[in-house]
Amino acid sequence: MTPAIELRGVTKRFVNPAGTSFTALRDLDLSVPPGEFCAVVGPSGCGKSTTLALVSGLEPPSVGEVRVLGEPVKGVGRSVGYMFQRDAVFPWKSVLDNVAAGPLFRGASSRDANARARDWLERVGLSGFDRYYPHQLSGGMRKRVALAQTLINGPQILLMDEPFSALDVQTRALMENELLDLWSATSASVVFVTHDLEEAIALSDRVIVITAGPGTVKSQYLVDIPRPRNITEVRFIPRFIELYQVIWNDLRDEVLVSYERSKRRAVA
Amino acid sequence: MSARSAAPSLRPVAAVTTGSGDRDVARAEARARRRLLVLGLRVALAVFIVGSWELLTTLNCYGPDSATCIVDPFFFGKPSGIYQQLVTWVNNGTAQGPLWEQIAVTLEETILGFAIGVVLGILFGVVLGVNRLLSDVAGPYIKALNAMPRVVLGSIFIIALGFEIWSKVALAVVLVFFVVFFNAFQGVREVDRDLLANARILGADQGQISRHVILPSALTWIIASLHTSFGFALVGAIVGEYLGARRGIGLMISTAQGTFNANGVYAAMLILAILAIVAEWLVTKLEDRLIRWRPNAITEIGI
Repeated sequence: MTPAIELRGVTKRFVNPAGTSFTALRDLDLSVPPGEFCAVVGPSGCGKSTTLALVSGLEPPSVGEVRVLGEPVKGVGRSVGYMFQRDAVFPWKSVLDNVAAGPLFRGASSRDANARARDWLERVGLSGFDRYYPHQLSGGMRKRVALAQTLINGPQILLMDEPFSALDVQTRALMENELLDLWSATSASVVFVTHDLEEAIALSDRVIVITAGPGTVKSQYLVDIPRPRNITEVRFIPRFIELYQVIWNDLRDEVLVSYERSKRRAVA
Repeated sequence: MSARSAAPSLRPVAAVTTGSGDRDVARAEARARRRLLVLGLRVALAVFIVGSWELLTTLNCYGPDSATCIVDPFFFGKPSGIYQQLVTWVNNGTAQGPLWEQIAVTLEETILGFAIGVVLGILFGVVLGVNRLLSDVAGPYIKALNAMPRVVLGSIFIIALGFEIWSKVALAVVLVFFVVFFNAFQGVREVDRDLLANARILGADQGQISRHVILPSALTWIIASLHTSFGFALVGAIVGEYLGARRGIGLMISTAQGTFNANGVYAAMLILAILAIVAEWLVTKLEDRLIRWRPNAITEIGI
C-alpha cells in the first residue's frame, strides 16, 4: 500500500535576507499510512511546523522528496487540510462565510457552499452563530470554526500545528474529543504536531519523536490503546502511563538539549 | 484533633455571595453627571472665547477709527460682524453669485478630487503592494514625487486645465492620492502570513486571495487614510480656487482678503469648518459600515 504521506531524506534550510542559513530539518524520513493519526512531538524549534509546511506544499524541501498520496508534492494540493496554531480564520468574514470559503474558492456555487457550511456548523455545534464575526466568539468557538473550515473540503491529509495549544485545559479536552469524533467519520490521515506528550498519546495511533533542531526522526512508538477513546479518561489507563514514561525518557534528552542551547544563546 | 477535620468532606463549599449592585448604580449616576459637566464646560469655553473676542473688539471704540479698540476689528474681525457677513451672503449672495453656488462648486471639486484620488491610490497601492518587482522599480520615483511640495503643482494645473473646476480637481487628486496610496501599500504588505497560507490551502487562486484576503485586510489602513485625505481634498480645492477661479469658497476668501474684509475671511472659514466636520462624520459612518468585523473600531478619543 502506498503511504498517504512520505518524506524521504528531506532537508530544509531557510536563508534569511542577511544571507545566513538555518537548517530546520536534516535528513528526515517519515511515512504515514492511509487513515493513520500520527502525532509528532519534539522540543520547540525542532522543525515540527516546517514538516507540515513541506507536506502541505507551502514550502519546497531543499533536499529530498515529499510525496502525498503517492504523488510528488508540487505546490499546494487539493487533498490537504491545514489547521494553524494561531487563529487563521478570516476576521472580516462571518462564521458562515469563513466555513463556506473553501468550497467557494474551489468553484462551488455560493448557494451550495452555504448549504454545506451550515451542515458543518451544525456538526461542530455552532448552528445559530452563522452571522457572528470571529472576534465575537470565544477561543474554543473560533477553533470550531477553523475545524469546520478545514474539514468542509474533505481533506484526505489533515495537518494540524498545535491547533489547541492556546485553549484552556477543559476546552482543549472538549475540542480533542470532538476532533476524534469528526475524524473517525473520515478516512483522512492526520499529522498532529504538538509539544504536549499527553495530548499526542491520547489522540494518536503513533507518536514520532523529533530530535532537537535540526530535526530528524529519533524514534517512533505505536499507541496500542483501543478506540473510541475519551481524552480525559484515557489518561488513567495503565498502558497510557507506561507509554508516557517510555516516550518521555526519549523526549526528555531532546528537550534538555534544546533548553541548554537556548540558554547559551541567551548568554551570547 | 476532632473527627470532622480528620475526614475531609468532598462536598463543595457553599458559593460565595457577592454584594448588591448598589455601587454600579452610583457609578452610572457619576458617569452621567460627568458627561453633563463636560458638555457644560464645552459650551462655556465657546461662550468665553467668542464672548471675549466680541468684547475686546467692541470696548473702547470711539469715532469712525476702529484703531482705538482694544483689539482692532479691522484686522481681526468680530463675531457679530462675521454673523452679519453670513446673513448678507445668504440673503444677497456673494460678489461672484449666490452663496449656495459657491459651496456647491467647492464641494463638487472636493468630492471629485477625493473620489478619483482614493480610487487611484487604492489601485496603485494594491498593485504595487502585491507585485514586488513593480514596487522595487517604482519605489524611488514615488518617494521623490512624494517629497515634492505638491501645492506648487496648482499653478501648472491652472495653466494646463484653466479656471474651471478641473484644475482644482487635479490638485485635490494629487494631494489625496499619496496619502491613500501609502496606506493601501502598507496595508497590503502587512497582511497576516497565516491568513494567506490558510487561503491558499483552502484553494484560493491569486485573484481570490486578493479579493478575499488582501483587500479586506488593507481596508482598515485605507479607511484610516480617508479621514485625513478628505481634508487634503478640501485643501486642494481651496488652494486651487485661491490661485485662480471664477467661483468657489476659495475665491470668496481671496476676494475678502483683497478688500481687507477680515469678517469675510472668517465667515468663509466657518463654512469650510462645517463642511469638514460633516465630511468627517460621513467618513466615520462609512468606516463603521465597512469594517463591522473589527473588534472595537477606534472611536474618537474624547475630543
